[in-house]
Amino acid sequence: MIRPRRWLPMPMLSIMLLVVWLLLQQSIGLGQWLLGGILALLMPLAVAPFYEHPPLLKHPLLMARYIIRVLGDIILANLQVSWIILYPRKHTNPAFIEYPLQLKENFSITVLASTITLTPGTVSAHLRMDGKSLLIHALDVDDIDKEIHDIHERYERPLMEIFEC
Amino acid sequence: MIGFYTFMEGVIAFFLVAGGMFAFIGALGMTRLKDFYMRLHGPTKTSTLGVGCVLIASASYFSLVDGGFSVQEMLITIFLFITAPVSAHLLAKSALHQKLPHDPRTKGHPEELDEEEENPEPHERAEITPPP
Repeated sequence: MIRPRRWLPMPMLSIMLLVVWLLLQQSIGLGQWLLGGILALLMPLAVAPFYEHPPLLKHPLLMARYIIRVLGDIILANLQVSWIILYPRKHTNPAFIEYPLQLKENFSITVLASTITLTPGTVSAHLRMDGKSLLIHALDVDDIDKEIHDIHERYERPLMEIFEC
Repeated sequence: MIGFYTFMEGVIAFFLVAGGMFAFIGALGMTRLKDFYMRLHGPTKTSTLGVGCVLIASASYFSLVDGGFSVQEMLITIFLFITAPVSAHLLAKSALHQKLPHDPRTKGHPEELDEEEENPEPHERAEITPPP
């Protein structure tokens, strides 16, 4: 993994910017590489003061596996929510869940909250000011403790491995 | 024997119809679900897959017609997946701040929705006798 340096505060962001630039231009000519490269170096320098802790991606392969799992869950989530909307039962059980966070860094908490919003029947509603628990609204849930356990096993543990361990 | 292009036409049409269906169901959720927090689930989830399907159809159509591989749709997908949860989160947060009513069957009671003790209700405040 590339270490952050003074002139390269966030290596991952720089690589992302270069890739997005090349995709937007739909060309891999030398000129686009140069222009994209210069932008990818300058833009992180400009925004670096706004980032508290630049996230360090420690296991890119685990991240790829996580993304594939989340994509699968998004499709499942859509089918479930569509079903609930089309055939509303008398007893849908919405719930507010207080989820105790074990992640500590802002960036990984953001990723977890976004994942929760995109996946089956849950929307992350509020991050408490102490940063230790996340309020989740679930559309249809029978067992709150089981739901918390599922989220922890499925999303939070992989994220802890990817970013923090 | 079905030709390759006819087959691809069918696939693209399938994705377009599926995308339209999901977007429609997402909109339908707005009227079907009971309270604000539940209605939030419709647009955040079903519309991402709806747009996703349309983008897959668009990518395969332009890959076939123009030749090569059309990648700009992938960028739209990435940006959508980054921004959709943030807007949903902010909507939910402002709903909590406004203490919007929720369905009585909702389990769990977050402290954000508790009535604050130190701020008396407006009608109680009106009963306070004005200073002479």
